[in-house]
Amino acid sequence: MTLAEVDAPVKSPPKRTRNSRLWPLLAMPGAVWLLLFFLAPLYVVLAIVFGQVDPIFRTPIPVWNPLEWDPTQFTYVLTHIAGADGVYGPALVRTMVYVVLASVLCLLIAFPVAYYTARLSGRWAGLLLAALIAPFWISYMMRMLAWVNLLQDDGMINRLFSLGGLFDVRVHWLTGQPVVVVLGLVYGYVPYMILPLYAGLDRLPQSTLEAARDLGANRFASFWRVTLPMCRPTIVAAVLLTCLPMLGDYFTSDMLSASPKTAMVGNLINDSVQSPGQTGQAGAFVMLVLIVTVVPMFYYVRVTARGEGAT
Amino acid sequence: MRGPVAWWRDPWRPPRILMAVTAGYLVWSLLPVLIAVIFSFNDGRSRTNWQGFSFRWYWGDATKSVWHDAALHTALLQTLKLGVITTLITVPLGVLFAIGIDRWRGRLPAGANLMMLVSFVVPEVLLAVALLFVITSLALPFGLGTSAQVIGLVTFQIAYPAVLVRARLATIGSQYEEAAMDLGASPMEALRRVTVPMLLPAIFASTVLVFADVIDDFVLVRYLSGNSSTEPVSVKIYNTARAAPTPALNALATLLLVAALIAVTIGYLVYRRLTRGDETARGGLAAFAGEA
Repeated sequence: MTLAEVDAPVKSPPKRTRNSRLWPLLAMPGAVWLLLFFLAPLYVVLAIVFGQVDPIFRTPIPVWNPLEWDPTQFTYVLTHIAGADGVYGPALVRTMVYVVLASVLCLLIAFPVAYYTARLSGRWAGLLLAALIAPFWISYMMRMLAWVNLLQDDGMINRLFSLGGLFDVRVHWLTGQPVVVVLGLVYGYVPYMILPLYAGLDRLPQSTLEAARDLGANRFASFWRVTLPMCRPTIVAAVLLTCLPMLGDYFTSDMLSASPKTAMVGNLINDSVQSPGQTGQAGAFVMLVLIVTVVPMFYYVRVTARGEGAT
Repeated sequence: MRGPVAWWRDPWRPPRILMAVTAGYLVWSLLPVLIAVIFSFNDGRSRTNWQGFSFRWYWGDATKSVWHDAALHTALLQTLKLGVITTLITVPLGVLFAIGIDRWRGRLPAGANLMMLVSFVVPEVLLAVALLFVITSLALPFGLGTSAQVIGLVTFQIAYPAVLVRARLATIGSQYEEAAMDLGASPMEALRRVTVPMLLPAIFASTVLVFADVIDDFVLVRYLSGNSSTEPVSVKIYNTARAAPTPALNALATLLLVAALIAVTIGYLVYRRLTRGDETARGGLAAFAGEA
């Protein structure tokens, strides 16, 4: 028996790798960095939301002691969501509607594209993948700028719809059109959904699908009962990866509409963060978004952690 | 000629519908950008009417071209500066963090891992506002500007190399390192001479990913920029896109696009070289898309 034939070692890793002081030392800089600049700032947000406002300069005064926290600013935001003073409610509802609509559209576009790319083989596969990745490298703002150019009153979209001067189309696309904002969101975020979907669908065992067809399932049934259940974690992860950033988006609405008619919660944050005296409200919106996103975030982390364990 | 029913029932027909959707998607996603790039070469001021080809908005125009307008090329330089500095800090931090977290067992590293993964998916605007509050309400040795932007970007990007390196660590397993240590290497030596060389493709891919992502960033760099001299290209586009800009803005965006494409192309070629003959590294572009 030669050495090469010896089976892979089955013994547990030696103790020295476990109790070495090397590993904590390696992880420390990154962990400290995240503690200092990721977790600690979230506490500062709390201290400002529940803190005071300087009566003269309208600057926020953070209160560090949780026992002295004053919930005035937070309740101010909460009481202005619904009811007679509900100035923030519409934007929150709008955010939900836009994000859900955009995510569904993203999925409807991204799934077939990712599926086709994952099934394609040969020399075109690499080229197609490169073309799919390309928007990923193109700056988000540049892609929005491209649409601002196209959607101007004398832009190409209006000219396209007027069929070369046949009709007089003068749609003001860039002034508060919800359709444009939703399509902008889809355009901006769909690449972020295609890539994780592709990664997941690429690992889908083709033989299982063939087995389903062999056993008499038609195209639709094999998709519905085999493909879809097998890639559900992938779909969930991909949807979350696009949904979560969309919830904090304000620039798409700003670039493509710049009207309060299409303001999202990100716009509320952005508007209040820059006006004096409203910093606490910005913080309150940040807390709201964080509360809404914390469950999906941890769900995403769990899905990915399970995926890591399986491979 | 077969009927449509027979066509639909044929199990071996090419996936025409999928092909059409994919082709349509590609046109829809790339054509607007291509048009914007084309109009950066427009001879006139319009971004919608073609008036002939020129490099006017790159360097021809004496005041408003990217080359001559200080505001525009400062933005480009600021973007590239942020990209380089952030990448240089993020990648070592993230790689070491990933190796440490992967090997160190217990509750503490599990918590650190969780924190890292959450920082990966947290909406960017939350982190940006939080850091803005920190910098404006605490007495820190640095203010808004490049250093604040770098800190924010590193925090947001650190998960990228960490996730990629951890995935690669899971693929290569621990047997090579154990073999090295059985042969007498110390943990440090095994790390330096066995693990890190095997991680090189993942490290490299994350370097390119982080760089490309940083020069694309908008939310963090906007809130953390002190004044107009530290505003990068994305912020410049945001500020001027709706205020009747000249095609110089398109030219600026095109230059950034070219920078990103050069980085990615070089990165891809080097990556292919690094993984040549390596069966465990996932092939080519797919691995490079952030899929380890």
